[in-house]
Amino acid sequence: MIQTVDFFPPIVDDPYTFGQIAAANAISDIYAMGGVPKLAMNLICFPSCLDLKIMEEILQGGYSKVIEAGAIIAGGHTIEDNEPKYGLCVTGYAHPKEILANSTAREGDILVLTKSLGTGILSSAAMAEILPEKDYKVMVGMMSHLNKYAQEAMMPCRPSACTDITGFGLLGHAFEMAHGSGLTIELFSDHVPALPKALELAREGVIPGGAYNNMGYLEKDVEIAKRVPLELSDVMYDPQTSGGLLIAVPEERVEELCSRLTDKGEEAHIIGYTKAFDGKSIRVL
Amino acid sequence: MNTLDARGYSCPEPVIMTKKAVEKGLPLTVLVDSMTPVNNITRFAVNAGYKVSHKPAGDDFEITISK
Repeated sequence: MIQTVDFFPPIVDDPYTFGQIAAANAISDIYAMGGVPKLAMNLICFPSCLDLKIMEEILQGGYSKVIEAGAIIAGGHTIEDNEPKYGLCVTGYAHPKEILANSTAREGDILVLTKSLGTGILSSAAMAEILPEKDYKVMVGMMSHLNKYAQEAMMPCRPSACTDITGFGLLGHAFEMAHGSGLTIELFSDHVPALPKALELAREGVIPGGAYNNMGYLEKDVEIAKRVPLELSDVMYDPQTSGGLLIAVPEERVEELCSRLTDKGEEAHIIGYTKAFDGKSIRVL
Repeated sequence: MNTLDARGYSCPEPVIMTKKAVEKGLPLTVLVDSMTPVNNITRFAVNAGYKVSHKPAGDDFEITISK
């Protein structure tokens, strides 16, 4: 049995969409661990001055994602708070032999990422109301997209390790995988998928504080080659909400993994590989 | 010299305010209260082709942008 909980304040204005994103984000941990979500409970903080219809819409958004995940919602808990917050406590199952961890990558594994990066930067622009509608749609579509399909594609390929990309950004979560597995991860910056709008906003200095926090705490463990553009490394540190899966898979299975992902309409980016620890956990080439 | 006080605003507001202030003329001094806007405003200024530097000013930071 796997349990996880996650909740946060609104990152988009529309309550239904916020509910969907918060739910997709909360359920994601179960997928990253190779499990199947079965049961969810709502966690909601809500101000007494707001229309209850808004709470209803948030809950409906969350419900839609729980149903899509094939789980059921069994109640929850609401408290009064100045700022709304929403998320889920999720219970899932996995066969003990199939549970995936982020710390079990093996030397020579290939790393595959299933969602492009930059939604933290885009959300920060959306909050400041400077994000064009078409980019907003891309962002919302990515953040509310369940990792269910990517996980279903990955399981038959027997990955050695998996994690989902969230608040610590690609480099933070890749560091946890490298460090936990006692290996070095080399990332090919040219193959790291960054949303073009996120790169543009990074050049304009629209980067959330969380990205700089990630840079700060990873300073000693990450080495980025000088040739890598600053905006690209900024995007690699960008905190993601409901980001994709980072999958470590033996080299002989990587082709199969990518074609299974593509068949399901998922992104499949080969972004790097693992090697024996060489003194730095992460090297970006 | 023009001065912009962006203390008390959270990102990305300070960089958006700076962008508007730059259009009114350089050199410009911007006051901010944390390193996040310093980093963000520096990225904006460098990519727009301006010279930029910053120094601590008490608990805050003073950023100077010029041509």
